[in-house]
Amino acid sequence: MIQADSLVYEYTRYDEEGRETDVTRAVDQVSLDIKKGDFVAILGHNGSGKSTLAKHMNAILTPTGGTMWVDGKDTKEEENIWEVRQSAGMVFQNPDNQIIGTVVEEDVGFGPENMGVPTKEIWERVEESLKAVKMLKYRHHSPNKLSGGQKQRVAIAGVVAMHPQCIVLDEPTAMLDPNGRREVIRTVRALNHVEEITVILITHYMEEVIYADKVIVMDQGRIVMKGTPREIFSQVEKLKSYRLDVPQATLLAYELKKAGVKLPDGILTREELVEELCRLS
Amino acid sequence: MIRDITLGQYYPADSILHKLDPRVKLVTTISFLVALFLVNSWVGYVVATIFLVSVIRLSKVPFPFMVRGLKAIFLILMITVVFNLFLTPGDRVLVHFWKLQITDKGLRTAIFMAIRLVYLIVGSSVMTLTTTPNDLTDGMERLLGPLKKLHVPVHEVAMMMSIALRFIPILLEETDKIMKAQIARGADFESGNLLQKAKSLVPLLVPLFISAFRRANDLAMAMEARCYRGGEGRTKMKPLVYARRDYLAYGTVMIFLAVIIAVRIVL
Repeated sequence: MIQADSLVYEYTRYDEEGRETDVTRAVDQVSLDIKKGDFVAILGHNGSGKSTLAKHMNAILTPTGGTMWVDGKDTKEEENIWEVRQSAGMVFQNPDNQIIGTVVEEDVGFGPENMGVPTKEIWERVEESLKAVKMLKYRHHSPNKLSGGQKQRVAIAGVVAMHPQCIVLDEPTAMLDPNGRREVIRTVRALNHVEEITVILITHYMEEVIYADKVIVMDQGRIVMKGTPREIFSQVEKLKSYRLDVPQATLLAYELKKAGVKLPDGILTREELVEELCRLS
Repeated sequence: MIRDITLGQYYPADSILHKLDPRVKLVTTISFLVALFLVNSWVGYVVATIFLVSVIRLSKVPFPFMVRGLKAIFLILMITVVFNLFLTPGDRVLVHFWKLQITDKGLRTAIFMAIRLVYLIVGSSVMTLTTTPNDLTDGMERLLGPLKKLHVPVHEVAMMMSIALRFIPILLEETDKIMKAQIARGADFESGNLLQKAKSLVPLLVPLFISAFRRANDLAMAMEARCYRGGEGRTKMKPLVYARRDYLAYGTVMIFLAVIIAVRIVL
């Protein structure tokens, strides 16, 4: 679905006279292959290049070097740009800054309107996508009166209405409270399971990652770790060296193990930890 | 709370006027304004009054809302009346004191001008009270559509207006937040004369501007990500379609205009 081959992206900084002063490599030789229907989480500390990578998947940025294919289409080609944006929808961090409509349903209809979908079908799409994120009863509300989590779900509905094959979420929960975070993640998981939409979730909250099929860890523009959540979180020391935390249950299990309790590696949830601890005695 | 403020002055109600197509309401308002300037006799004013009163009755908006807009023009209204009253030369002097005089013609013009101004404001209030800002921009976009041939960016302007409407409450809330943050650190927005008050707003405006630009940047990216590429090839979720009542309304307005013109020619 999404493939990258030694992708490079460089920011150039200019001084006041317009001379190049500095070149920062935000993404450095990244290769990846995301399969259809996957739930992939991309982890990384601030400035690790994860957002820049995400913007490539939607053709908002085009690579300085290497190639990015979305659904088999090269994002560098000008004529592919709208198809790429339609097949890989994007949800951003700040819910206020990505809602365009003054009424919830109008905002959800914005994408289909841009694509030139006939009026009758827009209404059908709006209804089904609001239903998919469980926001149908707020359809006539003003987005200003919704909570952060609800706004973010509206934004997701706006992308779903474009019938994408893949949704890229760029830290969708960074500005939300724990409740809103749970709402959004539950919605995303449901979309992945029920609608079989490929999900790429960029985050730095570890708790959101444990449900992913695959985790990619980035640091300084490179992919440094790849694997299932269990594989990744069993390497607590390595994660710490990239300034990343592990989920609380995993950390506790890790500390217990270091103190001599015989526990297996890669415990992710509290339930698993409880079960393993009960088995010990 | 600051985010609960209503934009424009839309008054939600269930009336035929609220249901009319915004284009009809825009055309009606413009026709009414034109008619007001065509009128130059008592009969004409009676016709205009009947039209305005029946429209207000149809709108189901309480009368106090209609005259609220008059407060803003009260001063202009007074000046106009006073100047017309005292400075119009006429054949018959009604009142004469000191250097001022009121003539019959002056009295007539003053009254006509006052009525004209009041009707102007009330007439346009009826439109803004019964139409949501969004419908209004939609209607304007469609009415000005032919200007596209002259390379006037009609769609872009309409889109800008509707985005501005969406962001006004957000920016107001942000202003409130910045203001509180600065008050907490000892800033003073309350005391001093007008000039000092204006000066103290500068440190408020700078962060507000910066954040507005950041928001604009984010929004532009989000719009592009959702395939926005201008008005070309775009469909509408809520297209404006004329219903029977809209044609009836157009007919009524035409009759009204015809009567006004007839009155002017005959009298």
